[in-house]
Formats: sequence, C-alpha cells, structure tokens
Amino acid sequence: MPSDEVTNGDAAPKKKTATAVKLASKQQEISVTEFFEKNKQILGFDSRSKSLLMGIKEAVDNSLDACEEAGFLPDVQVSIERLNDEDYRISIEDNGPGIVHKMMPNVFGRLLYGSRFHALRQSRGQQGIGISATVMYGNITTGKPAHVMSKIEGDDEVAWGMDIVIDTKTNRPIVTNDKAFTWEGKEHGTKIEYTIKGRYITGKQSVFEYLKDTAIVNPHAEITFHDPDGTKYVFERATDIMPPKPKEIKPHPEGMEIGDILKYASNSAQKTVRAFLKNDFSRITDRLATEILEKSKVDGDKKPEKITREDAIAILAAIKTVKIMAPPTDCLSPIGDTLIKKGLMHVLDGLRPDYYATPVTRSPKAVNGNPFIVEAGIVYGGDIPSDSQVQILRFANRVPLLYQQGACAITKAISEMDWRRYGLEQRGGKGIPFGPAIILVHVASTKVPFTSEGKEAIASFPELQSEIGLALRLCARNLKSHLNKLERKKKTHAKFEIVQEILPDMAQKAAAHLNRPVPNLDMTITRIMNVVWVEPSVKKVDKKTRDVTYTVYNYTNLPRSFRLHAQLPREAVNLTLFSNPMFIDMNDEGKANWEVTDLQPSKHIQVSFELKGDMADTFDADDIYFSGLNPAMVMGADMLPGDWGIKGMEITQTDEEDYVEDEEEETTEAEDLDDE
Amino acid sequence: MTTNENRQQLAQESLTGVVERIYDQLDDGQIPTMELPLRSKRNIEFDPQHNVWKYGDLKTSRSAKTVNGAVMMLRTVYTADFINEMIRENKSSTLREMYYISEGWNNAKFHSQDESNLLAEDLETITHCMREDFKLRPEESGAHVYGDVNFTTMTKKGMKTMNCVDDVSEAGFAVPYKVEEDTFQIDPGNAKFVMAIETGGMYARLIENGFPEKYDCVLVHLSGQPARSTRRLIKRMNEEHNLPVTVFTDGDPWSFRIYASVAYGAIKTAHISEYLATPTAQFIGVTASDILNYDLPTDKLNDKDVGALNAELSDPRFTDEFWVNEIQAMLGMGKKSEQQALAKYGLDYVTDTYLPEKLTDMGVL
Repeated sequence: MPSDEVTNGDAAPKKKTATAVKLASKQQEISVTEFFEKNKQILGFDSRSKSLLMGIKEAVDNSLDACEEAGFLPDVQVSIERLNDEDYRISIEDNGPGIVHKMMPNVFGRLLYGSRFHALRQSRGQQGIGISATVMYGNITTGKPAHVMSKIEGDDEVAWGMDIVIDTKTNRPIVTNDKAFTWEGKEHGTKIEYTIKGRYITGKQSVFEYLKDTAIVNPHAEITFHDPDGTKYVFERATDIMPPKPKEIKPHPEGMEIGDILKYASNSAQKTVRAFLKNDFSRITDRLATEILEKSKVDGDKKPEKITREDAIAILAAIKTVKIMAPPTDCLSPIGDTLIKKGLMHVLDGLRPDYYATPVTRSPKAVNGNPFIVEAGIVYGGDIPSDSQVQILRFANRVPLLYQQGACAITKAISEMDWRRYGLEQRGGKGIPFGPAIILVHVASTKVPFTSEGKEAIASFPELQSEIGLALRLCARNLKSHLNKLERKKKTHAKFEIVQEILPDMAQKAAAHLNRPVPNLDMTITRIMNVVWVEPSVKKVDKKTRDVTYTVYNYTNLPRSFRLHAQLPREAVNLTLFSNPMFIDMNDEGKANWEVTDLQPSKHIQVSFELKGDMADTFDADDIYFSGLNPAMVMGADMLPGDWGIKGMEITQTDEEDYVEDEEEETTEAEDLDDE
Repeated sequence: MTTNENRQQLAQESLTGVVERIYDQLDDGQIPTMELPLRSKRNIEFDPQHNVWKYGDLKTSRSAKTVNGAVMMLRTVYTADFINEMIRENKSSTLREMYYISEGWNNAKFHSQDESNLLAEDLETITHCMREDFKLRPEESGAHVYGDVNFTTMTKKGMKTMNCVDDVSEAGFAVPYKVEEDTFQIDPGNAKFVMAIETGGMYARLIENGFPEKYDCVLVHLSGQPARSTRRLIKRMNEEHNLPVTVFTDGDPWSFRIYASVAYGAIKTAHISEYLATPTAQFIGVTASDILNYDLPTDKLNDKDVGALNAELSDPRFTDEFWVNEIQAMLGMGKKSEQQALAKYGLDYVTDTYLPEKLTDMGVL
C-alpha cells in the first residue's frame, strides 16, 4: 500500500517514513523453526491423520538409512498407543548404529541439521528437517517433550536417554533429564518416543499402508508394527542380502547455480581455482578445467575463496559450452528386479496374485548433474479387485509416497500410457487404467526432485517421464505376454480336460450302463489331441520349499524324443534336480536342460525337482521351453528362444525391441477387428 | 396300461441305444459324435400331413473334440442312465429334481435348469420318445380349466370324474402334467367351443361375468406360454371331441407367439408338434386392427418388442397373409395393448360386446 500513498500527494513522504519506522520496529529475524511452525503444511503436517503418519515416516526413514549406512540388516519396531481421542504416544525403535551422546540433541532438536545435506548420495532423508520437525510438532500440539534413547556399538558403551523440546525462537534443543542407563538386551540402536495430536486411520494413506509399502521395497528389513488396538503385525525379512551401500559423489557441474559455486568455493580446501574445479567436482579433467578457465577468463591460480559473483557467472557460462561426461551412476542403489519381485511376493501374497510381471530396472540416466534410475513392477490377478482403478505404489529412494498421487510424475507417466494394448482397461487410452493390477514404480536418485518439502510427489521433467514410461512398457509387455499365454493355456487346457476327465468318465459310465468292459481310450485321445502335452504343477511344501513337476504326455501316434529347458533360481536347486534321470546339465545362470528319449505314444513321464530357500518362490513353472519338436506339435511349453544359450543383456534388449513392433502391429489389427 | 409299459420299454431301449453308439465309437478309437436336428426357426418346416410345423432336415452335430460337445455327450450318458434307472424302479422326477440330482455328476453336472430341460428335449428328438415316457415331469404349470366339461382322471383314490364348474373352485380345474387317454378321459358335455386365455385377469373376468355358462364355452387359462400338457389337452378336446378352439391374448408380439405355439407348434418342441398343436385354433385378438377399431388404450412398443416383431417376420410360422399384415400394422403404429384394456368401456364390455362380435365374425357363435 505505501506506493499508493506516495502518489497521493504532499503528505505522503512524511507518512511513509512513519510507516517504515513502524515496520522496522516489528521486523526481526524469524527463525527457521518459527517459520515452519507457522507453515506446518510445507512439511506435510496439514491434517491430524497425516501428521501422525508423517512423524512415523520420518523416523522410519532415518532408521533404515542409519542401519544401511552401518551395514546392519534393519529391524524396526513401530508402536502407536492411543492416550485419548486425539493424543497418541508413538515410539520407533531401530537396531542402527546409534547416535553419540553429544549429537543427540542436535539430531532430534534442531531443524536443518543433518549429516546428509551436503552429500550427493542416494538416501531416504535428505534435508534433515523431518525428525526434528516431528519432535517440534509433538511439542507444539501436546506440550510434551520427546524422549530419545540411543546406544552405540561397543561393550563398554552405555545408553543415553533424554527429553528434548525445541526452542522455536532459536532453533536450539532444550534438553532435560539427560541420563545414562543400561539398555537391557540392546547392542546398539536408537529409540524415539513422542506424544502427538493425530488421528489413527486404516486403509489408504494409513500408517499400516506406509509400513507395508516400505516392506515391499526394503525386503532386507524386518518391520514390526503394534497398532493402537493392540494388534501386532510383522513384515518379515524376505532376504538377508543388504542393498549395496550407495557411494557418495562430488557434485556434477551441470545443473549448478551461482550460489552453489560460491558456497562450494568458500568451503573448499583447495589452494587454487584450477584445483577446486578439478578436485571438488566430478567429471572435470585437467583439460576441461583449463578449457573452462580459458573461456571464463578467470585466473586459475587464485584462491577459491576469492571467486567473485562475476567469476561464478563466467564459470557457469563456460561450463555450459564444454562437453562434460555424465555423472557417475554407481552412487545409486536400485532394488533390482529379483528383490522387487521378492518384496512384492512377500508382502502381497495374501492377495494371491496370479502373476508378478518380471520387474524392470532401467540403466541409470543423468539430468542436470543428477543421476537417477527408474524401476517398475506389475502384479496382476488373484484377489486384487478387478473393477476399480489399478493401485499405484510410488517410491522415491525406497520411501513410499502416499499423498498427492495426482501431482506425481509417476502417475503422469502411467496415465499417458495406452494400457489397453497390454490387457488393462482404460477409457480412451488415457488416465489411470482399470483392472486387477498393482503397479510399482521406484525412482532412485542422489536428488529426487520433489514437488514440495513434504516429499509427497515427484516433480515431472521430460527425461524422467520418458524413463518411467520405458520401464513401465517393458514391464507391461511381460504382463501382456503372460496374459496371452494364459489365454492360450485356457483354450488348450479345455482339451486337456476332455481327455483327462470327460472322456474317461464317459467311457466308464457307458461301460457300466451297458455292462461291458471299459474301452481303451488311447486311440480316441490321440485323435483329439495329436500333440505332446507339457503339464506343469507346483506344490508348496512350506514357505521356502516348492515341489515342481512337469508331466509330459505323448498324445501323438509316434514315439517322441526332445529336450526341456527352464531357467531356475540357482540358489534354490538341490540334489533332487541332478538326480533326475532325464536331467543333463545346468549352467551358471541356472539354465537347466533335460532330455526325454523315445516317449511312446499314449505314455507320459515326469520331470520333477525341489526348489528350496529364499528364491524358491520366484520361479514361474509356466516358463518351460522345449526343443527338438515341431512347435505345432507341443502344448503347454514354448519353443526354446534362439538367444537362450547366449549370455548378456544387449542381445536380449535388441530382441525385445523387435518384439515391440510386432506386437504393436498385432494390436492394431486386433483393434481394427473390434471396430467391425 | 400295456401300451404305457410298451412305451417305457421302448424308451429304455432307445436310450440304451444312444449310450451304445457312444460306447462303440470310443471302443473303435473314434472321436464320439452325435447328430441332432437343428432346433431353431431356420429348421422349421410345415408338415402337410398333420398341418403343423415340424423340424426339417437340417442337422447339428456334436463332437467330443470340443469341451461343449464332450460335456453334452457325457450328460447324455448320465441322463440316459438316470432315466433307465427311474423306469426300472417305477419312479418319476421333475425336471427340476433332475437338475439337482446332477449335482453329483461331476463334469456332467448341469449349470442351469435350462441346460437340463434342453437335454431332455434332445433325448426326445434322438429317441422319438416323449419326455413323459422318460418319467420326467414339469413343475405345476398353473394352467386351469373352467366350463361345463367333465374330466375323468387318476387320483390317489382311483379314477374320478369331475365337472369343471360344479366340482371345482372358482379358479377352475388344475391341469395335471400328463393328460393321455390312459389316465385322463374327456367328456365334453354341453360345451360348444374352447377359449384359451393368456392372462389370469381376463380368465377371472369371464368367469365372474358368467361367460362360460352363457355361451357353453370351456375356458383354459394358459398362464403365459402354455405348458405341454395344456396344449395337449386343448388338442385332445379339439381332435377327439370336435370342439372349435379360439385363443384370446394380449395384443403384443409375445402373445402372437403364444397363439403360434397353440396352433402351429413351438420351435423347442417341434419334434412332437403333431401331439401338441391344434392347427384349427383361431386367434380372437387383441389384434392390431382391434387396437384401431376399438380405440384401445396402448403402450409404446419398446426395442425388445420391435425386435420380436421383426424376428416373427422371418419365422416361417408367421408367413401367412393374416400375420404379415398384423405384424406390419403393429410395427407401423408402434403400439401394443392388453386384453384388459377393453375395460375402458366398462367391466361387461368384453363379454357383452367384444367377444360376441368377434366370435360371430369368426363363425364360432
């Protein structure tokens, strides 16, 4: 309003001074803490039910990060106790490395304090706002301090416990009751307890949902949850394999802002600007450093802290004109196709899905100096509701995203795909598809571009969008070929039913009625079938044991010799495989071969073996191949693909690209027919 | 009684023959197949000998190569076995009971009663026997007779004669599922003609107004599409006792089909049309021209009605001039009407004016 008053006449300048003075008396430093207190929604504390979830999410994220960093298989326990209608007592305990006594107040009681803020590495928490914001939110809403306990590794270490309140004016922790104690049975780890105003809900966007989704993408973690009604849920560890520890990388020059350069320069330990460029950034070689210095006309021998704003602008401009290699991508830790499948199977088994499409992990890409990886998986059928929209599980750096689905790049990529050609319903080929499916997408990056500080949705940019699209398409193609197979199987299986059940029943009943001997059906069956039939069956002996049996029937009128092939999870096979008389060999990829010689007409044989261990359930018995017979003569198994014996991804990839085109043509034709 | 036993003997042998053919094909290493007349309106032909519509020469074949074919044949074997057992033990069952009994037949189990009804009809066409010979009976159809006619029929206390005015309730005499000569005899008494009526409302109106007594008429309430025994009873009254038969229905496409099944034979039972159809039965109405002439209240034809009318145009039974004109007239005005719409002119109008007028025109009165 002052500008209006200026134009309003003579009295204005006087008045304006007065206003400015008045304002100046009110102006004071607003602490970050105070700012956040007034803008809780930025951190995601905008509703009671969400606040409850956000606190737990921050704590669990930190616990998992800490455990992985220390190389411990995470064991996280979450419990919620209802004190009254609105107040809840929350506790989260982990078996992480613990926090040294002196640092505890700052970790839990100071916003924007953390070890990871300056590091470029894939981690769950990034800004160091989360857990302390939770502590603060609890303080504000209930007036009660948070209680923190921690013990670090070592026989002579004691555990420390303290109450923490955040002073919102100074952004400093106020500690009371700081005491050492003996933590019975605890080798190392941290536990935080706090009271918070919230609302406990079940279903979508609930704590349970969040923990379940977390368990899917963290199959190496065991998560225990005590809900307010006294029910205990355990998401058991599905694998003992720790994800590889993400490496820290230096910042990549692309995508840097002026402020970043100035900040790095002032903190640099290097003696010269040239050394600063070469050593403090990734992918800048000697030659590149020289080129940048020449183009920017900055003195390469002066001290880095002497870099001016103008220098920084010139250096940035020069960086844009030189060709710099993309950042290294080994700093990322994707979950990997096997473990995604494992995690999905482990957690979703109650829905008894028919099919887990082989998950896809794309190779890393980089944009603006930030490397990222996209992974996708699809679960189909079983008890997953088929009349509603598919469920989307979004993850960023192994953290489930539960809110703002509509604003997320993942949702956008899913909506822009035409799912109809992959066997899901979708009105007009756009939007979230319908059908009995769950779609999982995981984006891992050193810096996931979230749309807000609450880390609820991933911001969209073209490169990410297209990577998600590619991952989904690959995965959807697996689904489609499975559905096609299923369709084929259903058709062919009808015949199997005729010869296996209906005809024998008919023969028996007719014979009994006429009081004659039961006729031999071999000839009739051969006439109806005229194929070699492969019938897979899997028996679940216990959680980690599967008995796989292939029964092969010769329904033709000549003796047949052929081979069978399957790719088995190597870790899960045992003597039962090798001792089968038809078994020939298995290579180090787990590709196993069997030989069947002279199977007589109307006879059948059985190839069976046991799979045992963590990976036993990842084998899909329908993935059985044959060779040595005309494909028209075999049902229940696929012709051995030409690249079966060849190792390496590149060849597979090329084949798959070809396959896409074929399939698209097919789909178009099919759609044309539909229109008629 | 002996004819009855003979018929059942014949049924038993025919059914065993069906099973035998399947057995022999299996024993010979063949894929079992079965041929049946095609049971659709495409395969309906006029039989000049009986003046009714019967199945033509088109055949459909069933093969155990397909699941449907194999299952149907399996059911045939199970059903034949079941019927023969019933005949041997002198029992009978309803079609619905057979449907439930099939629960224990594994792969041969019926999934709906329509399936079991169709199979029973299949067996009739293959063996040239009647469902009644198989000891299968339908549910109570709800059909009733009212009028001065005497039926002598088998009861728990032996054969008994009943007059369909004096010895029955207001609703009339309930038609049993089997009305063959051996257990059911007809004495027409003073009756002059038979009127088959579609709706219960009109049937009750005519009784209340004393129409049967006044015109010596036998009323038969069809209760929708008439059951076999109802049609057989009408046929016997017409054929054995020379009573003219008239049919009085609503004025809509579905009612035309009710008349067709009484007069020409139904498509589903065309293999026994000569037992069931009364070729001389006359249609009273409500016709399309009645709707115009009597200015009756109407409803609009819906899509299904229009579809049914168009289907009737390609139904060989409706190819005569009268029906082509009626169907086209109804399509043209796009309207249908009910029997009870005549009440527009008062409750007595139908008995005092409409029916006497129509019946006089037709030469029945």
